[in-house]
Amino acid sequence: MSSSALALSSDRFAGRSEEVVEPASPRAPVWRGGIVAALAWAAAAGVTWTWPDITPWSRSGLLGAVECTLGAALFLLAFAGNRGRLAALRPWDRWLGAGAVLLTLWQILTAKTAILPLPFFPPPQSILEVYTDDSARLLESAARSLLLLLPGYAIGGAVGFANGVAIGWWKQASYWGHPILRFVGPLPATAWLPLAFFVFPGSQSASTFLIALATAFPVAVLTSSGVKGVNAAYYDIARTLGASERFLILKVAIPAALPDVFVGLFMGLGASFAVLIVAEMMGVKAGLGWYLQWAQGWAAYANLYGALIVMALLFSSLIALLFTVRDRVLAWQKAIVRW
Amino acid sequence: MVTLVHSPATTGLSVQVRGVHHAFDTPGGPLPVLDDVTLDIEPGEFVALLGPSGCGKSTLLRLLAGLEAPSEGKLGADKVRIVGPDPSRLLVFQDPTLYPWRSVRGNVALGLEAQGVDPQQAAARTDRTLRLVGLGGFEQALPSELSGGMAQRAALARVLVNDPRLLLLDEPFGKLDSLTRMTLQTEILRLWRDAGFTVLLVTHDVEEALLLAQRIVVFSPRPARIVREVAVEEPYPRRRDNPALQSLRRDILASLGHAHEL
Repeated sequence: MSSSALALSSDRFAGRSEEVVEPASPRAPVWRGGIVAALAWAAAAGVTWTWPDITPWSRSGLLGAVECTLGAALFLLAFAGNRGRLAALRPWDRWLGAGAVLLTLWQILTAKTAILPLPFFPPPQSILEVYTDDSARLLESAARSLLLLLPGYAIGGAVGFANGVAIGWWKQASYWGHPILRFVGPLPATAWLPLAFFVFPGSQSASTFLIALATAFPVAVLTSSGVKGVNAAYYDIARTLGASERFLILKVAIPAALPDVFVGLFMGLGASFAVLIVAEMMGVKAGLGWYLQWAQGWAAYANLYGALIVMALLFSSLIALLFTVRDRVLAWQKAIVRW
Repeated sequence: MVTLVHSPATTGLSVQVRGVHHAFDTPGGPLPVLDDVTLDIEPGEFVALLGPSGCGKSTLLRLLAGLEAPSEGKLGADKVRIVGPDPSRLLVFQDPTLYPWRSVRGNVALGLEAQGVDPQQAAARTDRTLRLVGLGGFEQALPSELSGGMAQRAALARVLVNDPRLLLLDEPFGKLDSLTRMTLQTEILRLWRDAGFTVLLVTHDVEEALLLAQRIVVFSPRPARIVREVAVEEPYPRRRDNPALQSLRRDILASLGHAHEL
């Protein structure tokens, strides 16, 4: 590579013969952490297959196969070079390895030795069994939860945003709206539950109302404080340039307040999850909250853990989605809250 | 060299300030900032308002922009009383205060958008103005990606694109490094001579006032009162070491109470 080497040949350096040469080109790096993780998963499969269960679990074979497949996939990835989307897994090698260790520990404490007793501590193979045997009901519950959550969240977000802008912008709206927000806002939406189930014609509409309420409060508070906090010079500039009040609200106040609006939407989303689950447990008789209660009623703890995992995946995906939208909309801003 | 003969694209506004008093409401009672200010400015004139920091001269600009009404007295543009903001009278602040969520082009197009100018026409005018202030090629940039000098150029373009007839400059070069400041001072002179608008420049920098203005109005500390007016008749472009300007500088500093520092 001497042709591309940088020769320092100005007069000042005349007499010095050093050249800056390229470093020896590195070979495609092998992902060592990946190999370690692959070995951990292979060991986990070995434990699952060879160490007999105290009471035989029908999904032990499948669990071993899943572990073995994971190990093989990681092993292949470790030699596949640092390219492609799966290379994004590389920084997570310690988590990938630790996953195998934790799963094996759990399995040893439950299925293999029963140090942690049934029915409260089901082994991983029994949760796998929930996913193979009860996936239809779990998926339906997840879908029902989403269908209940999203309309309520959308309504609450829109109502909270509109009220927040009004309270932030007009003195009269602030005079009347702000005290109500401060007095009623701190009530948890779940406290309205008995009343809502009585006032609304059905549990669906009552729950939608409660989810909307839980969402609207933080969105309204954050939006109004965002609008009130806009740099006054932004308004001076727009006013001298001939802006109408409508322009000031839509093109100055709202864009400037959007970072706060998204914080409100994030807080509202968290609050809406809580209301959703309680509403499903108390009255709706469908969805993941209901599934949890149903599983508890049958002492089916494996189903309970299985549903919790689905719930965690679902909710964290929704938050990730919200943050993706925010990063798109606020691309001009460096992210403050990460997810 | 460039001469003063030019064909103005716009006619500058004349400015009338008649017996203006102004006070701010503070918890400790009214705080007077302007004390009986009377001033006349000819169309197309470049006038510097010089005085110590915080004396109240910036408030006069806000009154002329129509952002506030005076406690007492009258202000007029072309002998019409100023009752509110108007895109013919525009302010440039010390901070560029660009909208961080809009691109440079979006910031400059703000006024045309607010006034409902046809978007295609607005885009053409915006891009032309950006080239005029030397920001061609930065149309898509975000304000956070600009240097201080470039941001101030964008703020200037945001005003110029509206073809203002009175340019109110509130220490616009105050926060820039000295080399950038010199460049922008030269450019402001060029733009003024090409466009023909009236300029009112608030500054506390005597040298800047001497380099740029045809007339310097000297203010007292708060509440601002006009102490004296000085005509600067040297031709443009002016050199900083021009002896006539040096003697004027001594003279003005003395009337600001800084004679001992010379």
